[in-house]
Amino acid sequence: MKTIYLDHVATNPLHPEVLDAMLPYFKEHYGNPLSVYESGVKAREAIEDARERTASLVNAKAKEIIFTASGAEANNFALKGIAYASQSKGKHIIISKIEHHSILNTARFLEKSGFAVTYLPVDKNGIVNPADVEKAIIKETILISIIHASPEIGTIQPIAEIARIAKQKGVIFHTDAVASVGNIPVDVQSLGVDMLTFAAHQFYGPKGAAALYVKEGIRIVPLIYGGIQEGGRRAGTENVPAIVGMGKAAELTKSDLQKRIDHVKPLRDKLIENTLKIDKVILTGHPENRLPNHASFVVEYIEGEAMMLLLAAKGIYAASGSACSSKALKASPVIISIGIPAHLAQGSVVFTLGEETTDDDINYFNETFPQVIKRLREISPFAKGWEGLEDSTCTARK
Amino acid sequence: MYSAKVMDHFTNPRNVGEMSDADGIGTEGNPVCGDVMKIYIKVKDDKIVDAKFQTFGCGAAIAVSSMVTEMTKGMTLDEALKITKASLAEALDGLPPQKMHCSNLGADALHKAIEDYKNKQQK
Repeated sequence: MKTIYLDHVATNPLHPEVLDAMLPYFKEHYGNPLSVYESGVKAREAIEDARERTASLVNAKAKEIIFTASGAEANNFALKGIAYASQSKGKHIIISKIEHHSILNTARFLEKSGFAVTYLPVDKNGIVNPADVEKAIIKETILISIIHASPEIGTIQPIAEIARIAKQKGVIFHTDAVASVGNIPVDVQSLGVDMLTFAAHQFYGPKGAAALYVKEGIRIVPLIYGGIQEGGRRAGTENVPAIVGMGKAAELTKSDLQKRIDHVKPLRDKLIENTLKIDKVILTGHPENRLPNHASFVVEYIEGEAMMLLLAAKGIYAASGSACSSKALKASPVIISIGIPAHLAQGSVVFTLGEETTDDDINYFNETFPQVIKRLREISPFAKGWEGLEDSTCTARK
Repeated sequence: MYSAKVMDHFTNPRNVGEMSDADGIGTEGNPVCGDVMKIYIKVKDDKIVDAKFQTFGCGAAIAVSSMVTEMTKGMTLDEALKITKASLAEALDGLPPQKMHCSNLGADALHKAIEDYKNKQQK
């Protein structure tokens, strides 16, 4: 059976040219980049070359890029690194309620360590109001971190506007751009951000390589102490093949980005248009200000994991924010934050397109998804309504 | 993640639908938690002669509902009352640990349906 991968927000296949670029660093150039002989020197040079290309993708300087092993690590680094570097100035941090878990859970950790955190709400489209950011800033505020684009609802935040407010108030501003870099143009200069997280596997690079952009002059405390790698800011022998892969993927993305957007957007629009013809289906996230490859919905009367499994049985791979589909068995806080009630959040489903998605794929999807919904609604006791049960509370042991 | 048997009962669920002349109906769970099972039974001479279900929930919840209706058909009420979460999970060749409690409501819904039948008999 042909499989149609509509979960590009989870990860992406490796671009064949990226793999080719990486292979020599598994084989002949296996040296430690700190070594002075040839295989070490080659590895060192490859890392610096990758740093240039990676920086160029977001219009940063090479020395402003710190490689990490994941977006989650870069997000942890940004929050903890600034919190500990700036705690003498104050101990207040501002984030939104729709951050990735690597920001949310790091913020909760910092709260336990004596920092105060403000969690900003979002509107029904998932947008943070810049005026709320301004109001939340106090004398002790040292860091604001707002996600650039939501992987769950696709909404793109007014980052440039929020960054301007942070700058006026003299507060460091970080954005988690893991879901946006590779899908829309991201330029640290025009956004005006001080720090930005992005990950290679979101733009056809390898897993295990990500970066934190830290604007020149910003002081940050390391997360990992040890040797002098990454200018002493991130110790540990470098994952050379992955870093080389990130550099190559960044280079390809820089030249192909517009082509990729022009490819996915009309297909995505077609998917949304068709899906919204189905009764009791709502688009989640902003209708226009959203990632061009991203479509997310809540489908009433049925549950997300069941939808994902039935779609997978028909060769379509997707994601869901329902409680049952998460290992933690909790409905996505992002879906709840945009005002979707818990019983509807169970029907959350996310489709994200990519380079290899074809018009035929979307036609097949548009035929199949309504059948899946129809089938699960035939099984559901709520096919005609929620029978007043939507206001119940969940006390089940999770 | 799921056993072949769970996937079979999820993709080809047995005994789906409403039963208009049910002798007992049992509902367990709620949509805020993410799973609701409604079991209908038809009883003759203390034996369950037919069972149907309607379920809102994940793959495990649908498979459990299908399995419980299959298992219970032909059982006496006393035998059906002995069906447990564990025996259902076993019949499905196991369930992932996080699905054992909140998606495995089949036995509870069935027992409620039997209770409903008994209450109706007393009237």
